[in-house]
This record gives sequence, C-alpha cells and structure tokens, in this order.
Amino acid sequence: MAGTGVIMLLFLVAHMLGNLKIFFGAEEFNGYAAWLRTIGEPALHNSWYLYIQRTGLVVAVVLHGVAAYQLSKRDIRARPAKYEHKRQRASYATRTMRWGGVILGLYIVWHILDLTTLTVNPLGKEHHPYENIVADFRIWWVNVVYIVAMLALGLHIRHGFWSAAQTLGAVNKRRDRALKITANVLAASLTAGFLVVPVAVMTGLVD
Amino acid sequence: MNLTLRIWRQQSSEEEGAMVTYRVEDISPDMSFLEMLDVLNEELILAGDEPVAFDHDCREGICGACGMVINGQAHGPERTTTCQLHMRHFKDGDTVDVEPWRAAAFPVVKDLVVDRTAFDRVIQAGGYISVPTGSAPEAHATAVPKEAADFAFEHAECIGCGACVAACPNGSAMLFTSAKVNHLNVLPQGQPERETRVLDMVAAMDDQGFGGCTNTGECATACPKGIPLPSIAAMNREYLRALRKEKSRSKG
Ligand code: FES
Repeated sequence: MAGTGVIMLLFLVAHMLGNLKIFFGAEEFNGYAAWLRTIGEPALHNSWYLYIQRTGLVVAVVLHGVAAYQLSKRDIRARPAKYEHKRQRASYATRTMRWGGVILGLYIVWHILDLTTLTVNPLGKEHHPYENIVADFRIWWVNVVYIVAMLALGLHIRHGFWSAAQTLGAVNKRRDRALKITANVLAASLTAGFLVVPVAVMTGLVD
Repeated sequence: MNLTLRIWRQQSSEEEGAMVTYRVEDISPDMSFLEMLDVLNEELILAGDEPVAFDHDCREGICGACGMVINGQAHGPERTTTCQLHMRHFKDGDTVDVEPWRAAAFPVVKDLVVDRTAFDRVIQAGGYISVPTGSAPEAHATAVPKEAADFAFEHAECIGCGACVAACPNGSAMLFTSAKVNHLNVLPQGQPERETRVLDMVAAMDDQGFGGCTNTGECATACPKGIPLPSIAAMNREYLRALRKEKSRSKG
C-alpha cells in the first residue's frame, strides 16, 4: 500500500504543477502537453516515455487496489463480532480510506476516458487539451464530480501519506508531528492546486 | 450511586450470547469498576443466579488480566486498566455497557472472559533473550546507553492486556507485538536474536488471525500503559532491516 501510494503521490504532485500552466494561456499549455510526449527523445521514440509512465501508474493503481482488498478482507475476518455499544472511531479521513479509495478509482477511469482518450469529453479535440478542459468545466456536473473527487483525494492523502511513513518505518516520536503537518500541507495544497483550474474556468479567468 | 448495567452474558464459546440488563444500587464512587462488579455478583449469587465471569488478578494495574470494553472503550473512559478505573468517572443513573474484547484471535470463553493465548504464542515466537544459566550476572557487566534503556522501559511497560486488539477496528495486534519487539531489540542483551525475533513474532502474530494495521491509532489511544503509535513504525523499521539482512545473508 505504502510503496504504490508513494509512486502515485509523486505523480500527482507533478500533475498538479503541470496543470497550473493553464494560467499562461492555451498556447503555452498545449505546448507543455506536446512537450510531455517528447520526454526521453531521442533515446526513446515520441510518446514512448509517456506510455511507460502510464503503464507504471496503472500497475500501481491496480496493485494498490488489490492490496487494499486483501487487507480489508483480512481485517474484517479478524473482527467478526461487532460491539453492541457503538462509538465514533478515528478521524474522518481515516474512516473513509476504503470508500474514498473506491471513489477515486472510479474517478480515475472517468478522468482517463474524459481527458486522455477523449471518449466522453464534450469537445474531444485531439492535441488541444486546453480547449478540452475549458469545455469540460463549463458543464456544472463535471465540476461537481471533479470537486468531490479532489476533496476525496485530499482526505485520502491526509491519512495515506502519514500512514505510508508509518508503514515504511519513517515515523518516530520526534518526527511524528512534522510528518502529520506535511501530510496535511500536501493534502491541502494538492486539493487546492487541482481545484483552482475548474474554479478559474467557472469564474471566467480561463476560457 | 445507582447504575443500570448491560452486560454481555455468554455461557460458553459454543453458545450464543446477549446483553443482559442489571441494576446496582448504593455504589460508592470510590469503588473500582471490578469492585462494583463484585457487588453485582454477590447479589446474583444470593439470588441464586450465575455470577458474571470476568478476568482479574492483581487489581493494581500490572497484570493485564482485567480487560473488558466499557461503553465501547477498552478499559472504559479513563486511560487505565479496568481494576484501576473508579466509579467516580460515572454519573448516578448512568447506563453502562460492558462487553468482552472482540477479536477473532480472542474467542470468548464465558461472559467477559476471553482466551488471550494468541498473545502467548506471539511471545513464544521471540519474546525472550538467550542467557547462560548459572549465577546471576553482574548487573553492570553490560552497559546500556541511556536512550536505549528509556526506549526499552517504555515498551516493557506493556502488560499484554489486549486493549489494543480490542480497540482496533481490524483486531490487529501490531501495538502489542511492537512493544515486545522494541523492548528487547534495542537492548544489547537482545542483539543475538534481533532479526529472528521480529520476523518470527510478526509471523506468529499473522498466524494467530490478528488483522492488519491501517494506522487508525485506536490502539495507542486505548493502551493503559501509553505505548505510543510510532512504536509500530519502529517495529516496521526493525522488520525491514531484518528482511534486508536475511537477504544479504542468504546471498552468502
Ligand atoms: S487486575 Fe491486574 S491489571 Fe487489572
């Protein structure tokens, strides 16, 4: 869980920062997207790096899901009888890891169909990511789906980052607080960084 | 004070159990929770009923026998053992729910008594050090750095009560196992078995049907001895280190 989580987290940081280029206009943003395809050239053919990265990420998502499924199964088996006296346990982020993860999984599928394969994108113009994104966020329910998914992402990372540090043995008493703060800052800045794009389209800042 | 108690009654591990309601009256706020149960049991015996079975031994918070879940919290509302929990933490007229530890690895024997043999199995797998028998060694023969001694003491406080497992939504024994591993692995006396200890104890823990850790932190909140959550990270560190060592050893 920790290893695959960290891989995906690193990708998300790069993804979020890349998204912000949208504020420099269509030309620069589309140019950035085109440049992504040239990474690794001339050693690699055009887009090869992108496909290597995509394969790696899909493997990470699948392994993350499989591990979560196995862990959940084991955990449910270890606690067959519930307590009669119910009590609210742990923080919201902690309690929503499983279903929040499922929501994120579904969102990733939709997100790829929307902006990678362009299957469900309202515009669907190839090599014009800027225009596709703007077309997306002009639709209210796309915004809702996106905002809900990004909030789920923030919660997932808030618990997930610190949790991964714990699993990998990076936590100790002295570092505990710093790691928790890092988790919160990471979660908040990723969520905010992703959300400024639809907000900018909605407010007309980007069009 | 007068209380309504709802207590889990179960004849044996084979039979079904249920919550049964009792009234206790004139309870002194200075009584411990166990003394309050003693009062109830005396009344039950006088009435010809079966007393509530619960585990207890030292009644001074050091043996770890007296585990029970009170109002959904392991050992009740205070961070202490049930025997050290005083009735002054409850209000007159309260309804108090009392249940046994719930975990697949801790089957209910009767009423509030569970079988915690699974913990013994984990201890047997590595919770020891190898010393030559004979006369006691000179106490200062092996110097222990202050930091290591403090760390070992902190974890040696674990009384194996099982509150961590009871509180964990996954019935995981990571906090208990980490306390035992960390206690011995940090000391010079524990070095010969440092790698096998963590590998074997974790394997035994998994064998006993405890759940996996999802870092909810419920265990450390419930621990009457204050074993902190980063202890699990410390054990994970030991585990990863032992795996690396094993690998390089098998390579020759
Ligand atoms: S009876 Fe020994 S710790 Fe409570």
